[in-house]
Amino acid sequence: MDSKGVLVCGEIADGQLAPITIELLGIGRKLADDLGEELSALLMGSNIGDVGQEAIAYGADNVYVAEDSLLENYNSDAYTQVAANLCKKVLPSIVLLGHTDIGCDLAPRLNGRLGGGLAMESMALSIDPATKLLVSTRPVFGGNAHATVLSKTARPQMATVRPKTVPPAERDDSRQGKVIPVEDKIDPAAIKVKVVDRIKEEVEGVRLEDAEVVIAGGRGMGNAQDFGKLRELADILGGAVGATRVACDEGWAAATLQVGQSGKVVSPKLYIAVGLSGAMAHIAGCLGSKYIVAINSDKEANIFNVAHFGIVADHKEILPTLIEKFKELKAG
Amino acid sequence: MNIIVCVKQVLDPEIPPAKFKIDPETKQVIPPPGVPPVISVYDERAVEAACRLKDTHKGNITVISMGSEKAADVIKHAISMGADDGFVLSDAAFENLDSFGIAYVLSKAIEKIGGYDLVLCGRQAADWGAGQVGSILAEILGIPIVTLACDIEAADKNIKVKRIVSDGYEVLEAPLPSLVTVSSEIGLPRLPAGMRLMIARKKQIPVWTAQDIGAEASQLGTDNAHTEITGLSVPDRKTECEIITGATSSEAAVNLAVKLNELK
Repeated sequence: MDSKGVLVCGEIADGQLAPITIELLGIGRKLADDLGEELSALLMGSNIGDVGQEAIAYGADNVYVAEDSLLENYNSDAYTQVAANLCKKVLPSIVLLGHTDIGCDLAPRLNGRLGGGLAMESMALSIDPATKLLVSTRPVFGGNAHATVLSKTARPQMATVRPKTVPPAERDDSRQGKVIPVEDKIDPAAIKVKVVDRIKEEVEGVRLEDAEVVIAGGRGMGNAQDFGKLRELADILGGAVGATRVACDEGWAAATLQVGQSGKVVSPKLYIAVGLSGAMAHIAGCLGSKYIVAINSDKEANIFNVAHFGIVADHKEILPTLIEKFKELKAG
Repeated sequence: MNIIVCVKQVLDPEIPPAKFKIDPETKQVIPPPGVPPVISVYDERAVEAACRLKDTHKGNITVISMGSEKAADVIKHAISMGADDGFVLSDAAFENLDSFGIAYVLSKAIEKIGGYDLVLCGRQAADWGAGQVGSILAEILGIPIVTLACDIEAADKNIKVKRIVSDGYEVLEAPLPSLVTVSSEIGLPRLPAGMRLMIARKKQIPVWTAQDIGAEASQLGTDNAHTEITGLSVPDRKTECEIITGATSSEAAVNLAVKLNELK
C-alpha cells in the first residue's frame, strides 16, 4: 500500500502544545499542501484534554491521541511502541519530529523500527516539485557544511527539525479536523528501560543556552586566574561564560560551559570571544550569534573571519579597561 | 563485564575552517594534508565510559571500527586508554554506506564477537553526525537502548544510566545486555600513558571483511540505501570585521565598550 500524508509527532509541555510542535505543524502544513495530502499529528500523554483541538487550530487535519498512564512522561520504549504502531497503520509518507530531548531519542529508534530514511537536525525542508520527494538540509561537520538528504524509496521519509528554524503555524480556531483516539494498548512487557528519576539542575546566574551575552575564552587565556576575569565581564553584562574545548580540558572552566560541536550551541545577541582562535568545532557552537567580537593577539586567527568587531591585542591589555568602561557605562 | 565499543575515525574537528575543503561533485570532504584523522570525540568518551566500568567491575573491552585499514590507529588509541582487543571492519562493500548499512555491518561484527553485556557508541559522529547508528544498531540486535548518557553505573544484571536532557538529567534503569550512546558530559577521557601505550603499539589489530563477519552483499548495495546525500556545500560565512583601534590598547578597549554599548 502506498504511504501518504505528513505526520507530526507532537510534544506537550505544561498541558499545551510545545512551541516546537507548533513550528512542526507550520512546516508540516506547507509540505502537505505541496503534496496535496493531509496533515496529521500524534499526541502522546496520560491526560491530554483539549490539546488535540489546539493541534487542529494550528493546521492538523487529523489528530491521533494516545492516552495511557505509561505515557505520562517520556519513556523511550513506550513512545517508540505507540508511534511505530501508528505509523504501521496510517502509513505516513513523511514523519516530522522536533530536534529536542524527546525527538533526538525517538526519531532514530522509530526510524530503525520502520526502516525509513531520517535526516536529523534539519534546518530546511521542502518537496522537490519533480519527484515529490522530501528534501532536507542538515548541518554536517559541526555545521561547517550543509548536506541535502533525501530518501528515494525508504518510507517514511523522516526528519527532526531544530527548534526556531521554521516559523510557527498560525492559530485559527475555526479550522475543522478529527480527533482520533489510539485504541491499541501498550504492551508493558516491551518496556525494558525504566525512568527512575528526573533531576532538574539549577544553574547559578544565567544559563549559557539562554544568555543574551556570552563571554568565551580559549587557550589564549593562559591560566585559570586570567580565565576568571571573563566571569567579571559576564556579570557586568548580565551574561554567561563559555569556553573552548581546550579551556575545559585545561580545567579553567567546567565541562558544561563548553561551546562548540561537542558542547553547547548558543545564539546570543553578543558573543565576545577572547583568546580563542576559532577552530571549526568551536565556531559550530556560536555562529548563530547576532554579533561576534574577537579579542586576539594573532590577527590571522580564524575568529576574525567570522567576527563583526575585533581588537588585535593581548587580552591582558584589553580586559581590565573593557571591564572598567562597561561598569561606568552600565552605571549610566 | 564484557563491553563492545563502536568507534569511528574522523577528520580532526579542531582544525581551522580554512583547511576544511569539500568536493561538491563527489559530496565528500577532501582530507587536509598533514592533519591525521582522530577518534570521533563522542566515541572517545564511550571508550572512557567503558574503561571506568572496567576499573570497577573488571571484564573485557573490545573495540570495533568500520573504515579504512588506517582505522587501526583509533583502535590502538582505545587500547592505550584501557581497551583489550579491537577489530577493523574494512571492505570495499562498506564504503559510502548510510546509517542502516553501517548499523548492519556493526551488528554482524558484534554477533561474531558475541558474549557481550553492553554495547557503547558515541551519541553521534563528529563528521556526518547522523545521530542514528546506535539506535538502529540496538533495533537490529534486539536489545534495549539508552541514549545520551552522562554516567553509567553497573549492578548485577542492570545498569543505571544518567541521560542528559536540556534542564538536567534523567536516571534510567536498563537490563543487560543493552546499548548505550555516550555524550561528552560524561567527562574527559583519560590520557594514555606508560605501559598502555606500549601494549597498544604492539597489539595486532585484525581486519575483518564482509565475508569474515557474514555480511550479505544484498544488504550493502546502494540499492539498499535508505538515504542519499544529493548535495554538499560550505555556507559562506565571511563577515566584514571592523577592527577597533586606539592610540593605546586601553583606548581601543574603551572604544570597543562604547561601540558595543551602542549596539543594544
